[in-house]
Amino acid sequence: MLTYLRRSAAQVVFVLLGIALINFFLLHLAPGDAAQVLAGESGAATPEYMEALRRQFGLDQPLYVQFLRYLGNLVTFDLGYSFRQSLPVSELILQRLPATLLLMGTAIGFALVAGCSLGFLAARRAGKLTDTVISIVALLFYATPVFWVGIMLIVVFSVMLDWLPVGGMTSVEANLSGLALVGDVALHLVLPAVTLGLFYLAIYARLMRAAMLEVYGQDFVRTARAKGVRPRRIAWRHVLRNALLPIVTTLGVQLGSILGGAVLVETVFSWPGLGRLAFAALFQRDLNLLLGILFCSSVVVVLVNIAVDLVYTLLDPRIELN
Amino acid sequence: MSHAVPNEPVLAVDGLSIGFQTRRGLLPAVRELSFSVRSGEMLAIVGESGCGKSLTALALLGLIPPPGRVTGGTVRLEGRDLLALDEAALRRVRGARIAMIFQEPMTALNPVLTVGEQIMEAILEHEPVSRKAARKRTLALLERVRIPDPERRFAEYPHRLSGGMRQRVMIAMALAGAPAVLVADEPTTALDVTIQAQILSLIDELRREQGTAVVFITHDLGVVSRYVDRVLVMYAGRKVEERDTRDLFADPLHPYTRGLIAAQPRAGAGAAGAVRERLAEIPGTVPALAAMPAGCAFAPRCPLADERCVQAVPPPRRAGSGLVACHHAGETHAL
Ligand SMILES: Nc1ncnc2c1ncn2[C@@H]1O[C@H](COP(=O)(O)OP(=O)(O)OP(=O)(O)O)[C@@H](O)[C@H]1O
Ligand code: SF4
Ligand SMILES: [Mg+2]
Repeated sequence: MLTYLRRSAAQVVFVLLGIALINFFLLHLAPGDAAQVLAGESGAATPEYMEALRRQFGLDQPLYVQFLRYLGNLVTFDLGYSFRQSLPVSELILQRLPATLLLMGTAIGFALVAGCSLGFLAARRAGKLTDTVISIVALLFYATPVFWVGIMLIVVFSVMLDWLPVGGMTSVEANLSGLALVGDVALHLVLPAVTLGLFYLAIYARLMRAAMLEVYGQDFVRTARAKGVRPRRIAWRHVLRNALLPIVTTLGVQLGSILGGAVLVETVFSWPGLGRLAFAALFQRDLNLLLGILFCSSVVVVLVNIAVDLVYTLLDPRIELN
Repeated sequence: MSHAVPNEPVLAVDGLSIGFQTRRGLLPAVRELSFSVRSGEMLAIVGESGCGKSLTALALLGLIPPPGRVTGGTVRLEGRDLLALDEAALRRVRGARIAMIFQEPMTALNPVLTVGEQIMEAILEHEPVSRKAARKRTLALLERVRIPDPERRFAEYPHRLSGGMRQRVMIAMALAGAPAVLVADEPTTALDVTIQAQILSLIDELRREQGTAVVFITHDLGVVSRYVDRVLVMYAGRKVEERDTRDLFADPLHPYTRGLIAAQPRAGAGAAGAVRERLAEIPGTVPALAAMPAGCAFAPRCPLADERCVQAVPPPRRAGSGLVACHHAGETHAL
């Protein structure tokens, strides 16, 4: 166990270093820098003024110096200063991170539970009507663009039925606290989480069905039948346990793309998360902020991946932690 | 209920036919197979790969995978026709009155469940006993099949066990319900020779002690000849000869049986001791299901084949202690 943790720690450091490097250079390849943006906005873009701005923010230093400084700062979670927002980047990120994590976590939870249940049901009724209906619905969710689903859900559940709020994370008017606040946030969470989760729900439903059917064809299922084990127990105890393994693997692979999807959903639902912050940073060429967000997302993805790995090793006794 | 009438067979298969439903119609894979086994008796079913041995075994438990299906005949277990039972009733018989051991001990056990749970399950799914009692019985079973340190093995996952140990676990699992019939489908083929012998003598010992009838499927006559009472030789889905083991080896009647016996590697009789010499192999291969000859299926490979063999399927005839299906049974060829 200890060696396992040590090895994953080494992996984390290595991966994060790589990500920091890639992020940094990718963004420097893009034309324009923060000085240009700031200068452009203030309307006084004289070369002298630009020069002064660049010197002030260290943008005149060679790239490797900028990068080394960036790395040094990362270690202390000093992600620099956002010129556009006039706040430290780390502060901006910490403000927004919980909302994004809440949205992602809920969406993944919803997609996993609902998707796996549907896939499980479809596999147990393979070839029957239930299976066909589930497969068609999953295909529909899979093929529909996320933003369109979001807008449709808003139109139906917020505008037409008026059951759920249109956007945001809390009701502005009410000054809620405690349990009432939790309830209010939960209500606001439903539509964005469902929107973000539907696509992954479709993926898990299809994957679960395929995995279950494959496991059903394996020798040990025949052994269980030959023992006289009830079909229900075969499904839950023998097949499901094994079919979960590919699901967990896929979950790890998809985390990055779920984060990407969050940007879109946060924009549609004005959810005050990292995604919208990144969106703004991108358009404002807020280099420090964008680098900070990318780095933090990488940290989240890497950490959750390690957690997923751990879950996998718990599910599959063939993998031993050393 | 298992030992009610001592001379009645516990398992009686009569006219069993199995086929595969394909787009071009029904492909028969096993045809009109009949045999029976008594309590404590061990019957070997022998034949080359693809002759329908596994299908027959699976049919005994109602486990033939689609598109295969039983197309005729009866399988009577302790007087009850299994093929007439519905799935729920059949499930209560499987693992309780008839159990099966498979060829591949590596894949036949669930990799994510402990050995103990998989054996216990065979008890708990059939009997209203507590988990504690089931656990105790499982430990006794593990000891019974001579797995050292049962307490530890109970909590272990299959990947930690060797092939031989896994096969012992399979046997323990099969014995959990004290079945009247044990079907073993090539249980030793995947194991090395010493382990093969151990597993075989374990099965032999258990059937002697508990009076279990054993149907032992193999393609290797030599391995089982010491243990089995009777041998049923299959060729291309049909029974071609069935005799007491001693008679079969002393005087094989069917040309295919002779070929099989001749093809067995034997310990050399000379002073050199363990010289193994390989005798005649049977030339040719088993015909495909879709290209079965109209007459005797063995005719294309048979040294005695003549006009009659090509035209008519030889019917089974009495021959001493058993049966043989050959137009020229017992004849030696003139060459
Ligand atoms: N799905 C299928 N469709 C058509 N034919 C099949 C199918 N599955 C098996 N068969 C055929 O059924 C026949 C009997 O197969 P079976 O597994 O019973 O042979 P076997 O005697 O057990 O051989 P082995 O020694 O290799 O285990 C074979 O000829 C095989 O080709
Ligand atoms: S019936 Fe004819 S072809 Fe078939 S085994 Fe006998 S002699 Fe050979
Ligand atoms: Mg077989």
